[in-house]
Formats: sequence, C-alpha cells, structure tokens
Amino acid sequence: MNEPIIKLVNVHKSFESANGTVQRVLRGVNLDIFPGMTTVIGGASGQGKSVAIKLILGLMKPDSGQILVEGKDIAVMGPKELNKVRANFGVVFQGVAPFDSMTVYENVALPLEENTKLSKQEIRQRVMQSLEQFGLTGHEDKFPAQLSGGMLKRVGLARALQLQPKIMLFDEPTTGLDPARSLEIYRLFYKIQKEMGYTAVIVSHDIPKIFNLADQVVVMHEGMAKVFNSSEDIQWSDDPIIKDFVEMTMGHIYQSKLENE
Amino acid sequence: MQIIFKLIESLGRNTLYYINDLGGMGLFLLQSLRGIFRRPFRFQALLKEIKGIGAHSFVVIFFTAAFTGMVLGVQGYYTLSKFGSEGLLGSAVALSLIRELGPVLTALMITGRAGSAMCAELGIMRMTQQVDALECMSIDPFRFLITPKFIATLIAVPLLTLMFDVVGILGGYLSGVQLLGVNPGAFFSGMEQSVVNKDINLGIIKSFVFAVIIVWICTGRGFLLLKGRSGFGAGSVSRATTQAVVLSSITVLLWDYLLTALLL
Repeated sequence: MNEPIIKLVNVHKSFESANGTVQRVLRGVNLDIFPGMTTVIGGASGQGKSVAIKLILGLMKPDSGQILVEGKDIAVMGPKELNKVRANFGVVFQGVAPFDSMTVYENVALPLEENTKLSKQEIRQRVMQSLEQFGLTGHEDKFPAQLSGGMLKRVGLARALQLQPKIMLFDEPTTGLDPARSLEIYRLFYKIQKEMGYTAVIVSHDIPKIFNLADQVVVMHEGMAKVFNSSEDIQWSDDPIIKDFVEMTMGHIYQSKLENE
Repeated sequence: MQIIFKLIESLGRNTLYYINDLGGMGLFLLQSLRGIFRRPFRFQALLKEIKGIGAHSFVVIFFTAAFTGMVLGVQGYYTLSKFGSEGLLGSAVALSLIRELGPVLTALMITGRAGSAMCAELGIMRMTQQVDALECMSIDPFRFLITPKFIATLIAVPLLTLMFDVVGILGGYLSGVQLLGVNPGAFFSGMEQSVVNKDINLGIIKSFVFAVIIVWICTGRGFLLLKGRSGFGAGSVSRATTQAVVLSSITVLLWDYLLTALLL
C-alpha cells in the first residue's frame, strides 16, 4: 500500500479561555489519509473538526504530535517551507471566506495572479472557463454579498481549484443550503474529483448523504478520532458513542419508518 | 485565604496576558515592516488606501483645522490683548498649530475616521477567515493587506498635517484679523520671525511618528482579533475597534509629550 499523503500522529491541542479554563479539544488524534481518497470527518459541533482542518493547513500548531503532509512534519516548518506545502492545498472554508471587497472574477483570479506568471489574458481565459464550468457565467462582476449561498460555495470551489491542488479540504460544504443545493454541490465536487484526481477531506454534518462519496469516515468525539472504512461499519458499530451519533444524524429516517409501521 | 489566592492568580494571569499581547503587537509591527519589502508591490491597492485614508479625510481635517485656527485666533486675542500685545497673535497661532495642534489633532481625527475603519475591516476579514484563506493560497497577508495601509498612512498623515497647519493659520487670520481687527502685517510678520525650521521639523517628525502609531495599533488590533480578549462574533470587532481607537489616541498623546520634551 502506498504512503498516506496526510498523517496525523497522536495530535493534541487545547485552548485556554480568558478566565483560565483549559479546553482539551484534541486528545491524541491518529489519522491516515491516502492519495486520491475521500475522507469525511463528522461529529457533533465543538468536537474539533475545524481545528483538525486548521492543523492540517498549518494555520495552528499542535501542542504535541506530528502532522505529516507527504511525509514532512508541518508543525515544525518555517513559513517558507510551509508555503510550499500549502501550494498543494485547495481550501473551501466554512463560510467560503470570499474576499468581499473583490468581485467574483477577482476572487477566482487572485490565486493565479499572485502565484503564477501567467499573462493577464491567459488568466482571463482560464478564469472565464472555470466560471463557466461552475455555472457562474454572467456573475463575474458581482460581489460575494450579492450571491446566493449555493453560488458562493461554487465561487469558493472555483477559487480553490485554480492552482490544481493535490488535496482539497472542504469545511462544511453544505451549511446553509437546502437539500437540492447541497446535493448539487456534492455532485459537482465528485465530478471534478473524478477529473482532477485530488485527495478530498470533507468536514460535514451530512454524514448519511455523504456516505456514497466517502472512502473512509472519521467520527470525532471527545478529542479522539474513530475511523470507519465503510458506511456499514459505522451503522452497525457497537460503540455507544457511535450509536448515539448515528441515531442523532440519521434518527429521523428510522423514526419515520417506525411511524409508518 | 481563597480570595487572596484568587487575586494573585488573576493578577498573574492578567500580567501574562498583557505581556503576551504586547509581544504579539511587537511581532506584528516587525512582520508589517518586513512585509513592506516583499514583492510584488500592490501599487493599485496603495492608491486605493491613500484615497480612503487621505483624500476622504480631507473634509474632516479641513473643518477641524479651520475651527481650531479660528478659536486660537479668538482665545489668543483675548489673552494677548490683556498685555497689549495683539501683534503677537500671528506667531502664537502659527507656533501652537505647527508644533502641537496640527500633528496631534490630525492624528486624532485620522484615528477616528480611518483607523477605526482599518481595524474593523481587518477584524471582519480575520473573523470570516479571509486572512486564513490568503495564507492558504500562499499569499503573505502582511504584504497583501497591511503594507498598502501602512505606506498610505505614512504618506497621508504628514500631508494632512501640513494642510491642517495652513488651513488653521488661515482660520486664525480670519477670526483675528478679519473679525477682531488685528493688523494683518503684524500677524504675518510676527509669524515669519518666530517660526523657525526647528518648529516645522518637529511638527513633521511628530506627524510621521503618529502615523506609525495609528497604523500599527489600528491594523494590529484588527488583524490579531481572535488572539485578543475581545471574544468572538460581531461584538468582538466592535470591541477591538473601540480598543484600537482608544489605545491609538492615548499613545499619540503620550508620544506627543515625549517628543516635545525630547526635541525641545
């Protein structure tokens, strides 16, 4: 088996709040993510899903443990090296984090303008092409505040994919979207993954919906990561925590069945 | 006993917090200065910031200067006429404006008008993860966000200070000479004799120092939003902005005293 592209080894992270209480968010997380695979990280709010993403991106340093990206520990890297590693990443943040003083076009063009030596014309061509791919033609001069939630997510995707990343991180891709729109986002994401072959890490509450996409599902609970290789594994797990979680996220499906009977 | 322990504990924690905070701000200043020398330089963004910080502050500075000068004219006349030396009004107005009021009031007005805006803008960018997004695209947020504001403030504040001085003196002329009847020749010749290069230099040095203080504190408080104690959510941006304006204003006044005392 080939080497994992991202590997978390015994990662700890805690935060201290203003009144001095310490919150231990991650307590020894171990995780392997292999190239080309789709990993879904689930778990209730406040269990450290977003923290895990930030650690993988090097936006935070772990208190202890290693975060290996292609075998190199990013927790001990200098800024220059870290920038090189980050060139492999494409990220869509929870709120997409569009640059709100820039238009859609400027947002999507920014990574190319800053990180490549392409001419203005070439950039224009590429950006317009990908705006078309994401169904955003005609919206290039709008500002992020003028877009709907679904369009905004697509802008985030388009921006993140400009530099053809090896790894895509997607934090809560469907928060604030209706079921039809969230399916649309997942389909788009899957389609582009087929084309580009990136490794995907998705943080999501939509566990049942996203099972079809996932090669492995990671459930975060009390600072630990539990890894499942298939949706059956997770549904039939004996672990009371996982049972709770499955019931919580898919509860309504079973309930409606009961009601029908 | 419990209370004493709690007191010592919170004293220690607060001391650590403030030292940490000061260190963070110091580091921020160093990184901002380093960001200035990073390429490519964002010339368009610099022009936009100069417009926002400088050109858009023109009206505020104009009126502040005009009324300050007019008040100085009236007050100076009132005091000086007690000694029968109204002829000195010109030099009194010019000296107080060039040495003190021009740099200080310009700095305070810019803090309120542009500094608060800078802080809120960066605070919102931090909160909505736009700063993280920049870092993840391997774009240095200091070069990208802070440098244009830094240089724009260094250009705008001294220029606005000079404008403040000129408009203020004309305001003093309006109230002292036109309304209260001081001799215009005495007004300007007294000014010419008493204002020396040293006074003007002091004013310019002050305006540069104040510019650094404003842009450092206001961008820093916004940029380091989640590392401070301002909490989370929309309230945190408003708290950070208030903090930035208060801190920057007090620091400007403190340094005004220090510079005046040192360079007298």
